[in-house]
This record gives sequence, structure tokens and C-alpha cells, in this order.
Amino acid sequence: MIPAAFDYHAPKSLAEAVGLLSQYGDGAKVLSGGQSLLPLLKLRLGQAAHLVDIGRIPGLEYIKEEGGMLRIGGRTRESALEHSDLIRSRYPILLDTVLVIADPLVRNMATVGGNLAHGDPGNDHPATMLVLGAQVVATGPKGERVIPVDKFFLGLFSTALKPDEIVTEIRIPMPAARSGGAYVKFERKVGDYATAAAAASITLAANGTIAQAGLALTNMGPTSVRATAAEQQLVGKKPDAAVLESAARAAAQATSPNADRRGATDYKKEMGRVLAVRALKKALARAGGN
Amino acid sequence: MKIDTTPEVSGMGHSMKRKEDPRFIRGKGNYVDDIQLPGMLYMDIVRSPFAHAKIKSINTEKALKIPGVLAVITGETLAKYNLHWMPTLMSDTQMVLPVEKVVYQSQEVAAVIATSRYIAADGVDAVEVDYEPLPVVVDPFKALEPGATVIRTDKKDKKDNHIFHWEVGDRAATEKAFAEAEVVVKQDCYIPRIHVASIETCGCIADFDRVNGKLTVYMTTQAPHAIRTVFALVAGHVGLSEERIRIISPDIGGGFGGKVPVYPGYVIATAASVVIGKPIKWIEDRMENLQADSFARDYWMKAELAAKKDGTITALRIKTLADHGCADAAANPSKFPAGLFSICTGSYDIKHAFAEVDGAYTNKPPGGVAYRCSFRVTEAVHMIERVTDILAQQLKMDPAELRLKNFIPKEKFPYQSALGWEYDSGDYARALKLAMERIGYPALRKEQAEKRARGELMGIGISSFTEIVGAGPSKHFDILGIKMFDSAEIRIHPTGKAIARFGTKSQGQGHETTYAQIIAEELGIPASAVQIEEGDTDTAPYGLGTYASRSTPTAGAAGAMAARKIREKAKKIAAHLLEVSPEDLVWETGKFSVRGAPQRSKTIQEIAFAAYTNHPQGMEAGLEAVCYYDPPNLTFPFGSYICVVDIDRGTGQVKIRRFMAVDDCGNIINPMIVDGQIHGGLSMGMAPALMEEISYDENGNVQGGSFMDYLVPTAMETPSWETDKTVTPSPHHPFGAKGVGESATVGAPPAIVNAVVDALSHLGVTHVEIPMTPERVWRILKEKGVAE
Repeated sequence: MIPAAFDYHAPKSLAEAVGLLSQYGDGAKVLSGGQSLLPLLKLRLGQAAHLVDIGRIPGLEYIKEEGGMLRIGGRTRESALEHSDLIRSRYPILLDTVLVIADPLVRNMATVGGNLAHGDPGNDHPATMLVLGAQVVATGPKGERVIPVDKFFLGLFSTALKPDEIVTEIRIPMPAARSGGAYVKFERKVGDYATAAAAASITLAANGTIAQAGLALTNMGPTSVRATAAEQQLVGKKPDAAVLESAARAAAQATSPNADRRGATDYKKEMGRVLAVRALKKALARAGGN
Repeated sequence: MKIDTTPEVSGMGHSMKRKEDPRFIRGKGNYVDDIQLPGMLYMDIVRSPFAHAKIKSINTEKALKIPGVLAVITGETLAKYNLHWMPTLMSDTQMVLPVEKVVYQSQEVAAVIATSRYIAADGVDAVEVDYEPLPVVVDPFKALEPGATVIRTDKKDKKDNHIFHWEVGDRAATEKAFAEAEVVVKQDCYIPRIHVASIETCGCIADFDRVNGKLTVYMTTQAPHAIRTVFALVAGHVGLSEERIRIISPDIGGGFGGKVPVYPGYVIATAASVVIGKPIKWIEDRMENLQADSFARDYWMKAELAAKKDGTITALRIKTLADHGCADAAANPSKFPAGLFSICTGSYDIKHAFAEVDGAYTNKPPGGVAYRCSFRVTEAVHMIERVTDILAQQLKMDPAELRLKNFIPKEKFPYQSALGWEYDSGDYARALKLAMERIGYPALRKEQAEKRARGELMGIGISSFTEIVGAGPSKHFDILGIKMFDSAEIRIHPTGKAIARFGTKSQGQGHETTYAQIIAEELGIPASAVQIEEGDTDTAPYGLGTYASRSTPTAGAAGAMAARKIREKAKKIAAHLLEVSPEDLVWETGKFSVRGAPQRSKTIQEIAFAAYTNHPQGMEAGLEAVCYYDPPNLTFPFGSYICVVDIDRGTGQVKIRRFMAVDDCGNIINPMIVDGQIHGGLSMGMAPALMEEISYDENGNVQGGSFMDYLVPTAMETPSWETDKTVTPSPHHPFGAKGVGESATVGAPPAIVNAVVDALSHLGVTHVEIPMTPERVWRILKEKGVAE
């Protein structure tokens, strides 16, 4: 549990940090909360010649609504989300998510930007961000660019971020009227990655049918899986049990989980279905449906 | 239980707060890794990625070029001193470092000595080992098939992987009983490998002083004195002599049996310190601890129970295959290769029984740690409590009723079991009835019936276990011939305070508190004024250590007996001071008074002062005593546990809704500490029932070798335990106590399994193997067509 040697940099500004990343290229890694990166280094599963610690850069930790968007600073700690009145009152799906990320000690350090930038399909934020239609703001040498979260996750531990970019903000559209979302995770024990987990969001039309639906699954493939076919099935329907079941089945069918100590693939797919149903039901209840 | 002392004195029965806790709570504990010695070097270990492979070469060149790397120790280095192999407690041998081949994944291959922990780790990365993989034997059944790859090629003439065959009981009488039985039930049952996973991993600092030839080893060990003797016997030929070996076991962060064995790392660090002449620290990391240290369980059992149609059990037969890994290194000081497995007749009056166990070598780390289990009792209890439930299911009897029908009645104690034990005392029906009353058994059965009608899965499981602890009587137990007594040495200071030292070693049991309470009970000196020390072989009297719930039955008894010797002398001094004959004195807590004249008395404090200032002529000064206590028998704590589970039909997850534990460990020293032992033990019993398992793939790769996959439960997975007790004193123990540390670990798993099977019994399910993971349970639900 001792990492190989590395150089440690502690820039005091975003520009300085981006400069270091540009200078060292692939040899550099951004150290945010360190809750994924440091174990990888300590187990010598990964190496980085240079760690660029963004912990001293001001202005990267905030949670606010502005311009029709919820804006979360890239280095915002998970525990800050957990204790935010804004999140607790307006974004129950985010609270669901943050409460099942690892454990309180990890959440005190881990950051929302890190959770996304790591590109781990076992992480919990990606599925939630997918159903919320979030945007990731990346800052690099040429300034900011906005990446829709649908285009962010490219593969296992691979994202649209360039080696010299840092996640500085996450933007989430403010919730529409008669909408609700939920994240439901099934894990072997607290702190584990999901055996399966599902994020769901539902917006109801005035006539009680589903106007908009989001459904995504965690740890069911090389990236979090957005269940577009299932979403399309839901839109325009009355949200009864059979409709939700059928969408959940479609969502699970589109996954490709790996067998591991959490279960065989058939079990995981079934858990994806079971959890998708539970998440949809919870989201529906929060949207004011039955 | 009657309490005879005031809270100020805090003798037996007081829930005195633990004396050791202030330092633990404030982070002032002193564990091996907290100790820093001047000039100390660090050791890190190169481990094998293969489960079975020939070592073609070890290239240390690159490692030795790293500044700060001082030495790389290999099997060849140790072979020069004939230290590359070491004996195990079971008269087998185990590699310290290999010269020819490795026999399990993560086995020690070489050790790097460096000036810092970081450099040592870089050194480990730089050692190049060339392996030639050999066929791997993982399955113990296949290991015993003709033509199987032989693992222990180091043993001349060894042509197979069979270690031992052991049997106990009357085979012919048992066979006859089965032939005549009206009902027979059978069940195969596997108890998987698990690991103690103590919070503190293993490690040591070996410090050889070249000037005076003294070796001091700070070590995470549960048995420092035995280790000293083992070191003297094993390394006598290189000049280590027992009077110049000092083993210090400082604060220990959990042992549970995992810190009884001698691990290769201790020996390598010691050899390195002797060769280099500097202190060397070695501390395992978590993955090394989980992957390479000795394991527990791994028993493949086949049990049969014979009974009459009315439910009277008539005979038990068990055949077991024990997977011992690459060496029989079981931490088992009994004279039986399968430890105390012959307690498998459990709490029942079974006339005929026969048990046999075979041991097999496989390409896995050494097995046989008695993980919070007095040597194979967990396996035995699991099996008997499972087949008892299966019999109830077959006869359509309530499992509580079947147990009450077959319990050894309390009038029959001391009871001779069919497999040779003399149970000291018990009242099994009282414990079960109390548990049923406390949990509301009839109401739960009613609720279950209603839920079942709605398609919900709820189960109620019972386990009525009998433990066998307190090793032990010298006729049954020894370590390298050393009898399993334990010891206490008490000195009373002139001001009436005391220091007492013991041959055991607390790893969380709270000895500093409970031993003080024993002495407080016997002498009336406040427990707060009795200082307890253990773990330093230069100061403590010789003892065999703490495991197998043996500390109270042996060292605790020694403490009481030594205190009674002191009281005898104190009586003579009091008689001298009061100018009466000793026969005219009566003892009540803390003082002797003259019979019929209670105003004329001397307190223990006054007597202590007199022992140094005004003792009778012809009597030696001072007030101290030593006792080495060899118990006449083991103690047999028992209990009845009832568990209520709900099963999620969507995920297969088992949720323990309630768990009622009624324990009987005889007279209790400190009820709060006993409760703590039970709570911890229940959590450690729940873990293998639902979560923990170490398994291997076909290539011998360990699965579950980190906390990512070895699922130790946290507070979030642990239910709120409910506890109660009955008190049936041990008739042979000086103050009527029995061991308790392991009861709950032993008793809990079958209660949970029985509850899960009960939830599914209407679907035709009669058995579920552990760990009952969500996936395993879900597959049953799916097969039975009830998955959501």
C-alpha cells in the first residue's frame, strides 16, 4: 500500500494548474478528493509521475441556482451536497445519490468533479447526471468548454476530458413542474460499488401521462448506461405498473455487465430491472403521480 | 447473580467501565506499529503471484541498487542457518522462505530490508523472480484422488495429499442405531474459508542486541510465552537461548485466533535482525493479511441424524473433509487433529455418535485458525443445528419443540457425551424458553403464517448451541508438550494496592478490568487499585496465552487461587495484629474480624501494611502469591439464539429484523464486558452467514483478497442485537465462571441459516449454504418461481 514515487504540485490558480497539466501531459494526474486516485497509486495499479493538487485553487466549491441551472463547483465535496439545504429541498435524486456514495469519511474528501472525471462505471453520479441532462464544464488552456454529459463518458475510465482539462463546474437544469427523480442502489455492503443501481426521472404532463423520462443504470457496462429505448417507451404513456415494468425490462436488456464477486451477468441484469422499477416508482411518486 | 461488593470495590458482577478504554479512546494505545526504535530498518515482502510454481531464479540486483535498500533475504539466505522451514503446532512443517517452489498465492518469496518503508516497497517491486508454473490443486476432494499432483514434494516418501484421518465414537453401535432408525435425515454442508480480518494486521519489530546477545521481539501475538519457547527450540542452533529472548506483546488490535500462529514474516525479520544487528520492523498491509495469513474453517461435512417418529434423536454420524491448505498449521493445542469437533452432538442427549475427519493439502495458505472458535466448534455446532432443523422439517415438528424434546436434561449434568466429553453444567431448556418468551415466539409464528399467505418471505430460526472452551486440562491439551495451564502472580503493596501479572494476553477482552475485579472480589481491594500487566515475557509468569475463550477459565481461575493464598497469609497477620487465633477470624469483603466481636477487625489495607512493617516472627515479610492453574475440565457455556429474517423477493437480500441471544456463561465478572463480547461475537457470526468468504479460482487465485471483496460487515449491515442471560455456574471453576468470548460467533450462524431456510421451507427448501449472499438466495427464489 505504498505508491511509487511521484512529484507533487500544489498550484494556487486554475491557470497555473492548467499550465502544469499542459506541461506534463499524460504524465500528470489531477488530484481532487483523491478517493479513487490515491488507492490506485497505493496499490500500484496506476502510476503518475506528477500529481497536480487542485485543493488550493479558490472558487471551485459551491452549490447554487443561477440562470435556470443548478451549478455545482467541480471540487465540491460530496458531504457538502449531502448537507446542502438546496439539494435536500429541491434535488432529492442528488441526495439519494450522494448518500450511497461510499461512506461519510470518503464523502468528506471525495468531489463531484472527481466522481465524473474518473470515468468509473461503478461511480454513482454518472447515471444521475445522465437522467438530469447535466452539462460538464471543463477548463483548459483555451478556457472553458461545456460538454453535455451524454457525450462525456467514452468508455471504461475514459471521458471526453483532455489531459490538460479540469472539471470546474457541473450544470443541471432546474427541475420542471410535476417532475421527480430518484436513485436506487443495491450494494453488498455500505461503501461498495453497486451490484446494480438505477437513476430515474419523470416529468408528468397535465393529463397524467409521462411528458419526459430519464432512466440510466450504474455498473452495468463499460460506462453508465442511459436506457434511451426505455425512455422512449415511457414518454406519452400513463405510468401504470405494467408500463414501468416494461421500460425497466428494456433498460436491463440493453446492458452488458461483467460477472464479478457481486454476481453473474444474468443476476446483475435482473437486478438492473428490479432496481429500475423501484427507481421509476420512486421518481413517479416524487413527481406527484402514483 | 448475587453481588457481594460495593461499587467502590467493584468485584464480581459490577459493570465497571474498562480501565483500558481511556487510552484507546484518546489514541494513546501502544501497538507494535507505534513503537519506534533508534536505527530501526524496515522489511517488506516479495510475494508469489502463482499458487504453485517452481522458482527458477531470484534476481536481486536491481533492488540492491536502489539507494537505501540494504539487503534482500531469500530462502537461500535462510537455508545457510537452516531457518528456511519451521515446524507448525500440529507437528507439520511450513516454509519460511522457499528455495525450490511456492505452494500458495501470496506466499513469501523474498524480503527486502531498507532504511524506510517506502524504499522497501520500491525494493520489492524491483526484485525479479522467474517462476515456472506447476499444476494447481484447489479442490480438496480432487487433491485426494489417485494421480493428483503432490504438493508436499519436500516430504520424502509423501506420494499423496492426505494429512490425517481421525475418528471418534463407536462406529458399530452408531451403524446399528441407524439401521434401526424410524427416520433418517442427511445433509451435506460446507463451511467456507474465512479470515479473522482483525483491525490491526500482523507485524513485529525484531531487535537483536549484538553486544549482550539479547533478542527482543515486539510482536502481534496472542501467546507471547509460547512464542518465546518456540523461538528457543527452533533457533537454538543459531545461538538463541531462552533467557535471552524477550517477547513483548503490546496493545493488540484484535486477534480472534489469527495471532496465534508464527508467520514467516516474524521469523524472517528476526533472522534479518540477528544478521544485520539492527532493529527491523515488519508490518503487513491489509491485502497481505487477508491473502497470506492463516485462514479458518474450510470444512466439508456430511451429516446424518437418526430418530424415532416422535422426534427422539437416536444417533449422529458425520464425515468431514478438512482443507488445510499447504500445511497443517492449525492453531490447535488439543491432542486431536480436528480440535474439539467432537462436541458435534451439541446440546442433545444422543446415545450413539460417530465422527471422522480427513485432512488434505491444497495450494492455499495454511488453514486451521480457530477464528473466535474453540477449535472446530463453529463447524460442529453449524452441522448439528442444521440437521436438527432438517429433522424437524421432515417430521413437521416445530424446531423449538424438537429441541426441547432432545435437550440433555439439567438433572443429567455432569453429562457424559457419546463422543467422550464431560459437560460440566447446563440448563438448556431454560435458555431456549427465555429466548422464546423475550422474542414473542408464538406471535412471530402467527405473523409468518399471515405473511406467507400474502407471498412475503419471513423466517424464524433457532440455534441452541453448546460451546466447549477453556483449554485446558493437561490430559487433552499441550503446545510442544507444554501443558495448557495458565498463571497469575499478585503482589500487594504496603499501602494496600496491588499489581498482578498474568500469562495470558488481552486483545480487546478487557483483562485489565476483569482480572482486577476477580482480585477485588477475593481480597476486597478496589479493582481500580489493582494494576494488571500481561504480554512481556521478562516480567509476566509463564502462560499459554489468550484464545479459545480460555483466559477466565484458566488465568482468571489462577488469579482467584493466588488471591486466596494471599488471604490465607493475611489471616495469619490479622490474627497476630488482633492477638487472636486465626480460627477465630471471619472474612467479609476487605477485612477480617473476630468472631462474635465484629468491632475488632483489620482491613486488608492494614494487614498489607503490617506485612511489611509488623509481621509475625518467623513469617517472611511481604504479601504476594503465584498460581499456575491446570483446570480439571473444560467449561461448557451455552445459549439459545432466535433470529427473524425478511427476504427481499426482488434482490434476494436477507435482512435480519430481530436477533435475540440468550447466553449462559456461568457467573459473570463484568456484565457490560460480557454484553460487549456477545455483541461483537454476533456480528462476527453474522458475517460468514451472510457476507464473508475467501474462495479460489481453478488456478488458485484468491478471490476476496481485499476489503473490496472480503465483506466485513459495518454498523450499517449489523442489526440491533438483543441479549439476555441465564446463570448456571460451572461446578469446577473457582468462581463458577465459563468462557464467553466465542459463544456468539459459534451460535449465531446456524440461527441465521435456520431462519432463511424457515422462510423458504414451504417452497421445499431444506438447506442453504453460507454465505447466503443475495445472489445465492435469489437463485433459489428464481428456481422456486417466487422471485419478483
